[in-house]
Amino acid sequence: MTEQTHEIRLHVNGVPHTATVPARRLLSDCLRHDLGLTGTHVGCEHGVCGACTVRLDGLPVRSCLMFAVSAQGHEITTVEGMAAPDGTPHPVQRAFRECHGLQCGFCTPGFLAVVAAFLEENPDPTEEQAREAVGGNLCRCTGYQNIVRSVLRAAELAREHPGAEPPGAGAAAEGGRA
Amino acid sequence: MTGKMFGAPIPRTEDERLVAGRGRYLDDLGAGAYAAAFVRSPHAHARILDIDVGDALDVDGLVAVYTHDDLRGPMAEPLPLLIPHPAIRDGRTPHALAAEYVHHVGEPVAMVVARDRYVAEDIVERVRVDYEVLPAVVGVAAARRADHVVHPGMSDNVAARLLQEVGDAPAAIAAAPHTLELDLEIERSASTPMEGRGVYARWDAADAMLRMYSSTQTASGVRAAVAAKLELQLGQVEVVVPDVGGGFGVKIVHPWPEEVMVPWAARLLGHDVKWTEDRREHFVAAAHEREQLQRVRVGFDDEGRLLGLDVRIWHDNGAYLPYGVIVPLVTSTQLLGPYRPGAYRVEFDSLYTTTVIVTPYRGAGRPQGVFAMERTMDAIAARLGLDRARVRSVNLIQPDEMPYDQGLVFQDGRPLIYDSGDYPAALAALLDLVGWDDFPAQRERARAEGRRIGIGLACYVEGTGPGPYEGGHVQVETSGRVRVATGLTSQGQGHQTILAQIVADELGVPISDISVTTGDTRRMPYSVGTYASRGAVMSGSAVALAARRLRDKALRIAGDALEADPDDLEIVGGRVRVKGSPASGMDLGTVAVLANPLRYAFDEASRAATQFGGPADFDRPPVAPDDAPGLEGTDFYSPLRCTFASGMHAAIVETDPETAEIRILRYCVVHDCGRLVNPLIVEGQIHGGVAQGVAGALYERMAYDSDGQLLNASFMDFLMPYASEVPAVEIDHLETPSPLNPLGIKGAGEAGVIPGAAVLAAAVEDAEGFPITRMPISPSELFHLRRRFASGEIPPLRARRPAAPAPRPSGQES
Amino acid sequence: MKPPAFRYHAPASLAETLATLAEVGARGKVLAGGQSLVPLMNMRLAAPEHIVDINGVAGLDDVTVDAGGVRIGALVRHARLEADAEAAAAVPLLRQGLRLVAHPVIRNRGTTVGSIAHADPSAEMPAALALLGGSVEAAGAAGRRTVPAAEFFTGPMESCLRPDELAVSAHFPRPEPGTGSAFTEVARRHGDYALCGVAALVTLDADLRITAARAGYLSVSPTPAVLDLTDAVAGRTPDTADLAAAGRLAVGRLEPEDDIHATAEYRAHLAGVLTVRALRAAAEDALARATRDPRPAGSGSGR
Repeated sequence: MTEQTHEIRLHVNGVPHTATVPARRLLSDCLRHDLGLTGTHVGCEHGVCGACTVRLDGLPVRSCLMFAVSAQGHEITTVEGMAAPDGTPHPVQRAFRECHGLQCGFCTPGFLAVVAAFLEENPDPTEEQAREAVGGNLCRCTGYQNIVRSVLRAAELAREHPGAEPPGAGAAAEGGRA
Repeated sequence: MTGKMFGAPIPRTEDERLVAGRGRYLDDLGAGAYAAAFVRSPHAHARILDIDVGDALDVDGLVAVYTHDDLRGPMAEPLPLLIPHPAIRDGRTPHALAAEYVHHVGEPVAMVVARDRYVAEDIVERVRVDYEVLPAVVGVAAARRADHVVHPGMSDNVAARLLQEVGDAPAAIAAAPHTLELDLEIERSASTPMEGRGVYARWDAADAMLRMYSSTQTASGVRAAVAAKLELQLGQVEVVVPDVGGGFGVKIVHPWPEEVMVPWAARLLGHDVKWTEDRREHFVAAAHEREQLQRVRVGFDDEGRLLGLDVRIWHDNGAYLPYGVIVPLVTSTQLLGPYRPGAYRVEFDSLYTTTVIVTPYRGAGRPQGVFAMERTMDAIAARLGLDRARVRSVNLIQPDEMPYDQGLVFQDGRPLIYDSGDYPAALAALLDLVGWDDFPAQRERARAEGRRIGIGLACYVEGTGPGPYEGGHVQVETSGRVRVATGLTSQGQGHQTILAQIVADELGVPISDISVTTGDTRRMPYSVGTYASRGAVMSGSAVALAARRLRDKALRIAGDALEADPDDLEIVGGRVRVKGSPASGMDLGTVAVLANPLRYAFDEASRAATQFGGPADFDRPPVAPDDAPGLEGTDFYSPLRCTFASGMHAAIVETDPETAEIRILRYCVVHDCGRLVNPLIVEGQIHGGVAQGVAGALYERMAYDSDGQLLNASFMDFLMPYASEVPAVEIDHLETPSPLNPLGIKGAGEAGVIPGAAVLAAAVEDAEGFPITRMPISPSELFHLRRRFASGEIPPLRARRPAAPAPRPSGQES
Repeated sequence: MKPPAFRYHAPASLAETLATLAEVGARGKVLAGGQSLVPLMNMRLAAPEHIVDINGVAGLDDVTVDAGGVRIGALVRHARLEADAEAAAAVPLLRQGLRLVAHPVIRNRGTTVGSIAHADPSAEMPAALALLGGSVEAAGAAGRRTVPAAEFFTGPMESCLRPDELAVSAHFPRPEPGTGSAFTEVARRHGDYALCGVAALVTLDADLRITAARAGYLSVSPTPAVLDLTDAVAGRTPDTADLAAAGRLAVGRLEPEDDIHATAEYRAHLAGVLTVRALRAAAEDALARATRDPRPAGSGSGR
């Protein structure tokens, strides 16, 4: 028996891609293995850990809980698409490095997606809000101390350089079909 | 050798890549490889009667299905017992694929290779295995009862039994003015890195070479084990460890069944094969830790001073014993912490059960030992009505007693001798940090408001940096760039950064010119691995020694070229120069050119090294007999024994009088890991350890039912904490250098987790007023303890004397 | 943990959806947010032969607020509803409950109607629907029907939806004037399914005396339980009412079960404690509303 496949078109980090996948291909696997964007990681495949979080029309979602076929027509942003076109890292990326907000780095892309979206809506969070914002992602290395610090530092960096938001990140307001 | 980089809290060199999504983890490699999946036992204990693959054969995308019948020679034999020990009575290890019996749910029975993982899982569902189900043995009590025996040919479930004694503890206890007996219990948790295990193998038939990538804590160990299983020469196997998404101990075990099956299949099929463990597999087929029952008998004087301590430990080692007795051995020795125990007797049984294997998880038996000792300290304080800090302080080993010989044999087979430490200073610092003396008033105020709060503290000593050795290789390229390699592997500890910091200072080169490789047998074949908080101690020392060799050579060569005495030279900013005359000198890259006498010039710079390139000493060969070409240095560091880090934690908790929820209000750490290479990284290690300590105390457990089914094999039900569950951590550092290694450092990787269960049990106990003897503790369990306490079934803690504040232990304030 | 193979259908209209559902019947599953279904498929605990992805169906993503309450289309994500100020004003319990649904990232994708159709007795929105006396509108080949919440939930993860039906919307009625609401939970981790959760509605008359007190429960019964606790507190003001009696009344009517996170006894205890807390918070909410928006004294509760 042969499984039926679908020709899909995905728009990732501003670039159109095509892939031929079975309907059951998870978006996480499609990004990683069909498109070679391995920056998105897979930590649990049941939607709890958040390592696979990407932005769908600006909103963070679990890519392990979506089928790639369902992602057609949406703008997807992965960690590879966070930096500005000239390569300048996103303020959230800079802050995580500065504050030692990562150790093994496996969960990091998911945190970056969540934090970037959060700061667009909450540019000046309190520590408590920062902690709550990252409260749906698991990290086994950092004890979250420096992740929370990174959120606050990223907010500072973004305020120091207003308008430095890379394209693709600001799509949240449109929100797709949300 | 204090320099600019050693001790600097610089951001990590690893991170630019990792935050950009350019990490290379195991599953990021091997596009086009076949995918492996495993048929795993659904039963805790069974005999395999038949395996039928008939239904699998017509699945499009199937490549192969293998069972034990397909294996020959060493592959068909059990996997190695990695750490033999005389105390092991009957050391059983698993097969790569189950031969006849399965001994835990999740044990691999057949291997499926297919076009991709989706198809492989389809096929796994179609392989039919007939089992004769045998009785499960779950938990220490069942293992001890031995109504059922896990392994055929054994009369009970005791894998190992070890007794160590210093003095006559039973006699000392019998003669003591006060005695106590405690029964304690601690449950299972697991390392649970965010990235599971994974193996990717490429067989090059033309060269008869195997290249293997594994998400492991030991490249050299995997290499040796796989070569032995596949009957290859060591020189035919290269193991490369890519970025690893966390280890915490579980990835030191090797070879895993999957780790030998994947390269075996790759060679057989002549095609790349990859296996990426999924989360469910990681729960049921990797390793767990922590489960022990303990019985403590202690004799003490009126001040709470220990006179005799007799501890019996029953340790659940799971279905097999691949890692020997390391975990209970560490428990039984590190239990002593910063204290003089008086006479000490400790005996453990390591027991087989039909559950996942138990091997080191960050802390590696220490959390259980600290739990036993610190619960004992608190029980003594309660019995005598003394302040808990005071009871500890009268038992502390004093700085002038260092080095202190505890008289036992440690996990490295060497004497348990503490090298250095200032425990009274640490205790004083902790009491200050947490505000210990002010707390009783705070507790009373809270009680008046209907709130329950409690405080606890716990102390530990941790043997870190065990041998046998690690190596360092440092090489200066003709470009002036410095390449550093060490064999042990990195799982997020920032080794690339701290090793570069060390080399930068040793060599006098900018850190931006240094690149560090870990865990690649092509670059450093001689190595042991990353475990027991040994990365910085072992590889840090090794690369420092290697860099010193290189520096000597560079100064010698530059001295010849500059016609200067090497002693008059220094290296600053990557340039060798004459002290006091900075204009006269040469770049290290140029020294590297001169270090390699050439026949053929390949560029402008290399001309200087050719035979007509300059003056030569015709009385010496171009390369002296005791010398070698190239500007590089290799050295190995092999310590006499472990170095002993230490620390003390205090926590304040609030327990909800109605819902029995437990909230941590403050968590304070005083930590001494000798000299800090990078405080930012050390603090990160502590943060992560504390989170795992909190997790193991209040959230995580492995919920096995009596049939040996793991009921919570998912992140839905295995409660790894989120940011919302982990408290802010307050840290104070002490730095007592180790006299044992060239850098004065001690390990920091595991420390944060060690006293977690002990300190939180103490704090909950203080809030509630009755003894806590079993961890982890959930709100549901606390609720039931309260009921039993209210009914008189559990006695109260002795009322504490409303004493004057505790006298401060002697020692320096930090 | 990869999902099993299925045939994928992406209908563009409701009619097409219903035709597909009629064709695939019990072998199919509707995919909206997928936050409950896809984990089950990845674990191979669910293996539908057909997936009917309704994300491309027009007209299912409306939030309509009117005098009767809030109607939510099948594609309305939790996060969108949570952010809807008009819906929160009309039925405050919606936002109070939605904030407790998993984590924000899950709420970005998960749909409220999907959560109701999934009928998990540990989930917030089924309990909210049951407590408010709301309903589900189901469309099928045979036409549309409106199912009251009390009939909709038939067991753990079971509803009376037929395989050929789509839950096209859910309706949350406005609570009567003078009503305050609250949602309280005890969960092991922030965002987890609750060990026990209680949603409460307390109605005050113009004299600020309690005329009605009802509570909805999660994780303590096979379907969302709703208890009328009015008898224990009626006629009292919030500060004189014997809320503990209401808690005891509730405990007596619930029969929770053990699981690995909590014993039945502890859950029952929590139900009592949280009943008190939820009623108190709901009464305070009602008082705050009365202060903000006073009604003439003696006008009665409007019952």
